[in-house]
Amino acid sequence: MNEPIVSIVDVVKEYQLGSTVVPALRGVSLDVHKGEFISIAGPSGSGKTTLLNLIGCVDVATRGTVRVVGRDTAALSERELTRLRLETIGFIFQSFNLVGVLSVFQNVEFPLLLQGKLRGHERRARVMTLLEQVGLADHARHRPNELSGGQRQRVAVARALVGSPHIVLADEPTANLDSETGERIVDLMKEMNLRDGTTFIFSTHDAKVMAHADAVVKLADGKIVGRDSAGAALAASGSGGH
Amino acid sequence: MVERAGILLRIAFRNLFRSRINLLIGAVILGGTLLVVVGGALLGSVISSMSRSIIGSVAGHIQVYSAASKEEFAIWPMGGNDPDLSPMVDWEKNQRLLEAVPNVKAVIPMGINAALITSGNTVDLTLAELRSVVREEKAHGSTPELEAQRASLKEHVRQIVRVLQSDMGRVEEINTSDALDPEARAAIGRASSDEFWAGFDRDPYGALEFLENRLAPLLSDADLVPLRYVGTDLDAFQKHFDRMEIVDGQPVPPGHRGFMMSKFVYEDRLKLRTARRLDKIKDALDLKGSIARDETLQRYVRENRTQTREILLQLDPLKTERAIALLQRTLGSSEKDLDKLLNAFFDTDDANFYQRYEVFYRDLAPLLQLYRLKVGDVLTITAFTRSGYVQSLNLKVWGTFQFRGLEKSALSGNINLMDIVSFRELYGYLSADRKAEIEAIKKEGGVQEIDRSRAEEELFGQPNRRVVAEATPGIIDEKERFKGAGAALRREELVRRVYDPTEIGRGVVLDAAVILQDPRHLQKTLADIRALSDREHLGLRVVSWREAAGLLGQFILLATVVLLLAVGIIFIVAMVIINNSVMMATLQRTPEVGTMRAIGAPRAFILWMVLVETVTLGLIFGGLGAALGAGAIALLHWWGIPAGNETLYFFFSGPRLFPTLSPWNIVVALVVVVVVTVLSTLYPAFLATRVPPVRAMQADE
Repeated sequence: MNEPIVSIVDVVKEYQLGSTVVPALRGVSLDVHKGEFISIAGPSGSGKTTLLNLIGCVDVATRGTVRVVGRDTAALSERELTRLRLETIGFIFQSFNLVGVLSVFQNVEFPLLLQGKLRGHERRARVMTLLEQVGLADHARHRPNELSGGQRQRVAVARALVGSPHIVLADEPTANLDSETGERIVDLMKEMNLRDGTTFIFSTHDAKVMAHADAVVKLADGKIVGRDSAGAALAASGSGGH
Repeated sequence: MVERAGILLRIAFRNLFRSRINLLIGAVILGGTLLVVVGGALLGSVISSMSRSIIGSVAGHIQVYSAASKEEFAIWPMGGNDPDLSPMVDWEKNQRLLEAVPNVKAVIPMGINAALITSGNTVDLTLAELRSVVREEKAHGSTPELEAQRASLKEHVRQIVRVLQSDMGRVEEINTSDALDPEARAAIGRASSDEFWAGFDRDPYGALEFLENRLAPLLSDADLVPLRYVGTDLDAFQKHFDRMEIVDGQPVPPGHRGFMMSKFVYEDRLKLRTARRLDKIKDALDLKGSIARDETLQRYVRENRTQTREILLQLDPLKTERAIALLQRTLGSSEKDLDKLLNAFFDTDDANFYQRYEVFYRDLAPLLQLYRLKVGDVLTITAFTRSGYVQSLNLKVWGTFQFRGLEKSALSGNINLMDIVSFRELYGYLSADRKAEIEAIKKEGGVQEIDRSRAEEELFGQPNRRVVAEATPGIIDEKERFKGAGAALRREELVRRVYDPTEIGRGVVLDAAVILQDPRHLQKTLADIRALSDREHLGLRVVSWREAAGLLGQFILLATVVLLLAVGIIFIVAMVIINNSVMMATLQRTPEVGTMRAIGAPRAFILWMVLVETVTLGLIFGGLGAALGAGAIALLHWWGIPAGNETLYFFFSGPRLFPTLSPWNIVVALVVVVVVTVLSTLYPAFLATRVPPVRAMQADE
């Protein structure tokens, strides 16, 4: 097997809460390979978000090694981490996190402007391609607050993918959506995963959503308690989610 | 780069009205800019109108004086005392060289000094008139007119004695009776007795001598009036100082000696005090003042009621009768005592003031001499020379004048004008004709120079005493007083004498005003003149009008400092508010900032985002405030701001201020706005860059 795109070895993450130390992850090791579509599952407080933050280079581990596209994040400067996020990682947030004052088009264009690689017309073409792929080409000039929750999350998907990242991280992307809409978002993510081979890592505690994943990494109390194929995970958690 | 700037601006504009906090910041900036623009334009206009007044009155653009002077020159000195200046060496040469400097339009020689004049004493003037009538009758025989005049004047003097007597009565009521000088009491007793007046015509000179020596001193109502004057080339002065305007009379004709009195001094010091107080009350009421609310005005009313003597002394019996009849009619009273009638008449309040004011000037004033000195009169000016002795000079008052814009100010209205030849004499330097006159008197009187060491011997030593003083008692015969060559000059009177215009250039000049063709090049011309003085060894100190104005220059400095302080305070307050508000706005936006950071926005981008946003806000609301301010100034310029009191009149340099806006007011305001917003946003912007990207994940949790 070729080298994993994300490699986590014995990672511990502790938070200081006043005078007490709260452990969020207690020795986690995980490899994710290019093109995988992985779900991280577990109850609230099990460490799902913390794990995604470490992979997403927005947080650093207390101990252990996190390697993203072959680079040890602990060895990178703040500036380098920012660059790494911009070039290689796309984010999809639970509450969409679109910039309210910018239009749909501008929100999607934003990472491209920061990257500064494409010229104006190339950029416009790229943005419109993505908006077509998520089915929102007609809404390019709308503001986020003129869209439904599902539409907003599709904009977020387009924004996460526009810069051609290696990895897309999604933290509970369906939590703020009804189950039908949520499933359609996961379908969309899967579609993108299949089309471009982009690696997707998303957290969820919704069994229906988990069912779409190639593999489900189960977390409990800051430890990985299992890594199953989607079918097995579905069986293990019973008939469904919450 | 351009595209990033584009997205920053887009975010900035879109954010402008999104948050209430931005509206608050905008309001603060708008208010601050409005204040800076309006305040700046107002103070700027005050400063420039004061500057124009000062330059156009006495100062000129530049003043030069001798570098050997012990003190610094000031037209309105800080301490009130005129500075001790040394005369300039070889003025003619100085003037010639200065006039050749580029951009110099005119050079006007000057000197400032102070003197005293007496304002005239009613009893002395009346007695002098009586004496001249008596003398006229003795010399040329009596006529019915002279006889009537004598009778009237005698009655006037008796009237004055009656006023004096009633004064005495009042004093005795307050004091114990023996407080009064028995000699004074005896003199008044005699002057009021019928026998004295019955005997007047038998020995008029004897009676007059008694009245002049015994009575008049009890009644001195003359004032010593201090005067400041500028001695100058009057023709050049009138031509080049555009703020000077003649109010009464005429300018001093070329080559003539003469005095031009400041209208302010004329009104304030030489007008009948009752009338002056009425004028002041009227000025205050015209400006919406009120006697009922203003203690100063109440004091004026009180003084008008009690200080009636000045009027009573002026009225002879005939005029007294007419005044009584007039006041009885006006007041609907049957009171026969003029003093009591005047007391009632001057008991003015807000309701009756204008009517009484009108009656006073229409009916009462024609019976009175409103001014102790009339235009055309000859004034005796007494000054201390540089060496400390007293020098007096008679000068004709040709007219009164004022400096437009400064006419109501006690500070600047106190400058009078005089020809420079007379000035030099009063200052202690002799003019050419005076030197000749003194030579003539010396020759005639056989005066000899006596060595100081031998003075005592010469005076008192026997037997060859050369200097003999013989006191001749008795009446001075005025016709015999002046004889010989010196007397001929004396009789001709300086008043009418014409001097040679070239004499202006010769002799002492203490300072000189330099008028420029283009005042914008003031600094360059200052430097040119300084260079000239150094090159030619002229020994001149060269100062701009601002320094030369002394106290008034300090006022301008003060106004500037006040403006800067006000701007400073406004913007410190604005900075605190903006800082707090941007801090709050940034806190509100932490999730957004976190998201941008997570997506890959570098810290610099966040810093710029916050800065561009507040600067945009600042420029938009600042521009709005500046536009409003410009509109307000345009309106004020259209209306003119009325000067509500004399202090404002001074600062406005006139009855109304018509403020103008300079483009600099706007530029400065906007630059200040940008600086202030950037400064006050730097810290919150820095904090924003510290928002961790992980905050994006915590949104809505």
